[in-house]
Amino acid sequence: MRHLRACAGVPSPAALPPHHSPSSLFPPNLLRPHEPSSETPGSKRTPAAMAMAALRREGRRVLLSSTPSPAAAMAARSPAAAHQEIAPLGARSVSTQVVRTRMKSVRNIQKITKAMKMVAASKLRAVQIRTENSRGLWQPFTALLGDVPSVDVKKNVIVAITSDKGLCGGINSTSVKVSKALHKLTSGPEKESKYVILGEKGKVQLIRDSKDNIEMTVSELQKNPINYTQIAVLADDILKNVEYDALRVVFNKFHSVISFKPTMTTILSPEVMEKESESGKVGDLDSYEIEGGETKSEILQNLTEFQFSCVMYNAALENACSELGARMSAMDSSSRNAGEMLDRLTLTYNRTRQASITTELIEIISGASALEG
Amino acid sequence: MLRHAARRLATTRAAAAAAAGRSSRVLSTAEVPAEAATDSAFAEAWKKVAPNIETPATPMSLMQPRPPTLAAIPSKLTVNFVLPYKSEIANKEVDMVIVPATTGQMGVLPGHVSTIAELKPGVLSVHEGNDITKYFVSSGFAFVHANSIADIVAVEAVPLDQIDPAAVQQGLAEFNAKLGSASTELEKAEAQIGVDVHSALNAALAG
Repeated sequence: MRHLRACAGVPSPAALPPHHSPSSLFPPNLLRPHEPSSETPGSKRTPAAMAMAALRREGRRVLLSSTPSPAAAMAARSPAAAHQEIAPLGARSVSTQVVRTRMKSVRNIQKITKAMKMVAASKLRAVQIRTENSRGLWQPFTALLGDVPSVDVKKNVIVAITSDKGLCGGINSTSVKVSKALHKLTSGPEKESKYVILGEKGKVQLIRDSKDNIEMTVSELQKNPINYTQIAVLADDILKNVEYDALRVVFNKFHSVISFKPTMTTILSPEVMEKESESGKVGDLDSYEIEGGETKSEILQNLTEFQFSCVMYNAALENACSELGARMSAMDSSSRNAGEMLDRLTLTYNRTRQASITTELIEIISGASALEG
Repeated sequence: MLRHAARRLATTRAAAAAAAGRSSRVLSTAEVPAEAATDSAFAEAWKKVAPNIETPATPMSLMQPRPPTLAAIPSKLTVNFVLPYKSEIANKEVDMVIVPATTGQMGVLPGHVSTIAELKPGVLSVHEGNDITKYFVSSGFAFVHANSIADIVAVEAVPLDQIDPAAVQQGLAEFNAKLGSASTELEKAEAQIGVDVHSALNAALAG
């Protein structure tokens, strides 16, 4: 190979196959970010697109940097490319080099996405068990107090639960979309509706157009595994700092690794609860005897606050679980896309190499036959 | 011949399915939840505001249905005892539970009048035939419904036999000392809670 190159030298442009001019080094579909195919669900588009954007950036960097730096480094390593410093831009040896670098970066990205998938899968198992165990916690409250999503009150607070980290499919945008729709639904001329946002990603998305309505944001909820004490302190913080008539907790309920369902739980303030109970919309509290507490309103306050912390605990766990599941499937499709891209690049690389070898052989043979004849 | 066989098979399957459906419908009429499963007013309002986004699920649609109140008092009490990290007792039929309400120990038998009770640190005992299971609960709520279902929600609960008496004594002494040296209202209240919990534990272990 090496001595062939050496004697053939730089081929004349006429000898190059037509697709060898620098501008058409790659078929255009390789340079453009690869849009996720229709088989990939919409929820997985974000991470895949991001990975592809990274690939494109990588590729463009290699393409744009005029040969010296990467080529010189390469020249030191591979003797076959030693003569490329004098080769004009777009000569064949450079083209294979670029494809090879690109293949390497795609392979690296694939490794990263695979690792992220594994991490999410192993974390998911622990969180899923905790989530399933916490599902009994809110049911007694709903059985007692009922649930009235259509309740019409003055001060609405939407507690949107999102994740801190990205690359997890569409769970954050689902939470945000539902929260925004809910905001539209609950705000009116004499009503107001505020956001309390848990998680960095929801904050980033909501701060753009509803900055004035954000009452409070909390992040780094999932730094440590979620526990009840932590959530109870957080719930207490929210209850103390935010005035509300109805709290609406929006989160993604975990169904399976590939599916989650946006869910909303409504928690009423003690006064509204009493009023609604009289009008018969929620559970009939008057038929219950009340033990403990000085007055009915006092025990109702304890009850609704406890309900809020229990609902929040379950909601935070459900959302964390959905996040991990979504991340797992998003990273799975990302690594699959990277694999497909790698296959295509390998094909291009091999084809280019084969073409150059053929050209060189033709040159040698024709030279030899010219000498003979 | 084969086609006939298939058809006959299909008809028998259909008949079986219909029978199953009927039987499950019989069951479902017996277990209809007290309230409607979804709020139709909310669904309509949602459709108007955001026709492209699916209506979010609400707890009512995700709940396990509860049986209605029967005229006759059932012989057993159905108990749900839940903690944040697990469902200690789920839908179990027992004879009696005694819960530590703030107003004193409260025994709950089937047909108990519907009650909302706040719990204080104390012993919760579940009586099932001759078996008595005792838990120490920190705090929480107990709801007794008219349909002889008791829901107990506690923040923390441990079986009584897993508590170390020496550690209880030590904790009690510690919090008593703290109560003595407390200067601010908050510190005093915190120490008082510690003393209450530990003395309740002590009493539970002694009794």
